[in-house]
Amino acid sequence: MSALTLPTVSRTTRRPLRDIAAMTARETRRTLRSVDMLITSLVIPVSIMLVFVVVFGGAIEKDGRYIDYVVPATLILCTGFGSAMTAVSVAKDMKEGIIDRFRTMPIFGASVLVGHVVASVARNLVSSALVIGVALLLGFRPGADLGGWILAILYLVLAITAFTWISCAAGLLVSEEAAGSINFVFLFLPYVSSGFVGADTMPAWLQGFAHNQPFTPIIETLRDLVGGQDASQYVWAALAWLAGLLVVGYGASVVLFRRRVAH
Amino acid sequence: MINPESVITARGLRKSYRATTVLDGVDLDVGRGEIFAMLGQNGAGKTTTVNILTTLIKPDAGTAAIDGFDVVRDAANARGALSLTGQFAAVDPFQTGAENLAMMANLAHLDRRDARRRITELLARFDLGAAASRRAGTYSGGMRRRLDLAISLLASPPVVFLDEPTTGLDPRSRSQLWSVVRDLATDGTTIFLTTQYLEEADQLADTIAVLNAGRIVATGTASQLKSGLKGDRVELTLDGPTAYRSALEIDFGAGAEFNDERWSVSVPATNPVAVTRDLLTLADGNAIAVRAIDILKPTLDDVFLHLTGAGAPTTTEEVAA
Repeated sequence: MSALTLPTVSRTTRRPLRDIAAMTARETRRTLRSVDMLITSLVIPVSIMLVFVVVFGGAIEKDGRYIDYVVPATLILCTGFGSAMTAVSVAKDMKEGIIDRFRTMPIFGASVLVGHVVASVARNLVSSALVIGVALLLGFRPGADLGGWILAILYLVLAITAFTWISCAAGLLVSEEAAGSINFVFLFLPYVSSGFVGADTMPAWLQGFAHNQPFTPIIETLRDLVGGQDASQYVWAALAWLAGLLVVGYGASVVLFRRRVAH
Repeated sequence: MINPESVITARGLRKSYRATTVLDGVDLDVGRGEIFAMLGQNGAGKTTTVNILTTLIKPDAGTAAIDGFDVVRDAANARGALSLTGQFAAVDPFQTGAENLAMMANLAHLDRRDARRRITELLARFDLGAAASRRAGTYSGGMRRRLDLAISLLASPPVVFLDEPTTGLDPRSRSQLWSVVRDLATDGTTIFLTTQYLEEADQLADTIAVLNAGRIVATGTASQLKSGLKGDRVELTLDGPTAYRSALEIDFGAGAEFNDERWSVSVPATNPVAVTRDLLTLADGNAIAVRAIDILKPTLDDVFLHLTGAGAPTTTEEVAA
């Protein structure tokens, strides 16, 4: 071997951003090359939105524009669903030798998990853009101005990050097979909120849950931001929930990752 | 106590999982450029030893250092000095061979230009040039192993750990890997490998440590380990049961062993040629027909059986270095 061409390697230099960028590129490549993941991140979100706007829309429509009401809710539903894919990728990583290889390299320890999260944010922003694009073609007319849109996008990034850290923790906790059904939580819980139909239309015993579960303020806040409305009614509850999910998801991920890898 | 010449040192490594003791006080010294083989059966504690030395797990007691860096207190520097090729190929199936290498070069913080040159070099060296742009998921087991090893050599680490590197490989891939390991050692890289194959340790290693039930029961070169045994023997295979029965009546000297399955008799021989001549004379003198003569050299199999089998010693048996 040409041992004389020893590469210049800074053996212990910490380059966390470079590590995270490499891990994000890795995860993005996985998405782009998996038909499964592409369908899950591109086709399914648009389909979900179409079901509500085109199929149910006619029946639910009562006082005007259901499409403007429901698209923000489908965005939260879809990003939750899309974030849950991270559980599968993380679970898959954990059962392969590559995590041990990463751990014997002088890299920033959690960079593989952060890479999963950053890739998930990028993936979900792309699918959200696609959903919004198709919705606009169908007559979605959000009332937000530029400032409102910027806030809405930042808010969506926060939501995706929180959802993804929770999914990441779940992926570290369960097997790859079980991780595949984490998306059920994100797919089901929003229905029992005020996201798709007013909570007041639900049976009395369900209303208490619908009013107090996280997806109600989370969806209502996005709806206010995108609709150009005053968001003050729900925004603090939403931010509290998302921050809570973020902290719990991140904390649990770090602890579980350490425990999983300490054979 | 710690040998300054050694690149891998370990003193009194212990590790237990609940009530099960996996490592029960392991000491190691591996010199620079040496090929060191840790030989042991499944469950002997080989992978646990590798995992401690490569910073993956912490020992319950004892210390270890790679290139002078403590694997617990100074794990980051130790990681900078080593690479591990584990039992399970650590390559992404969804990335091509070249992409896997590029990602790892990036994570190893190699300069981009150096990385490109190094990747081309390694692809050629591991015979992966033609497959470089195919996804690793389509590779054969041998190709995946080679890619895995190529990745672990990207940053030219001074110490390379190979945990059962040839398990599951076909003979051709195995000998290919052996020659890579030899080349690496020639260039000054220190190799620590674990294996269950005695032949592999015999072929490759400068020093062999036999691990049994969490303890090193012998250390030495292959020939030192073998010389700890009975030594060479000369075996006469007799021409059938009648000849064998006649031979039983004869005194073949101290240490003679009869084998009634092979109809043979063997005697210890420091000078096999002289002993062969004597044995043939003895057989001729007693009119015993001989079918074959063999000089038996002890194999590592014998060493292994001797050390870990029923007659395994209870204390550490250091073979004189």
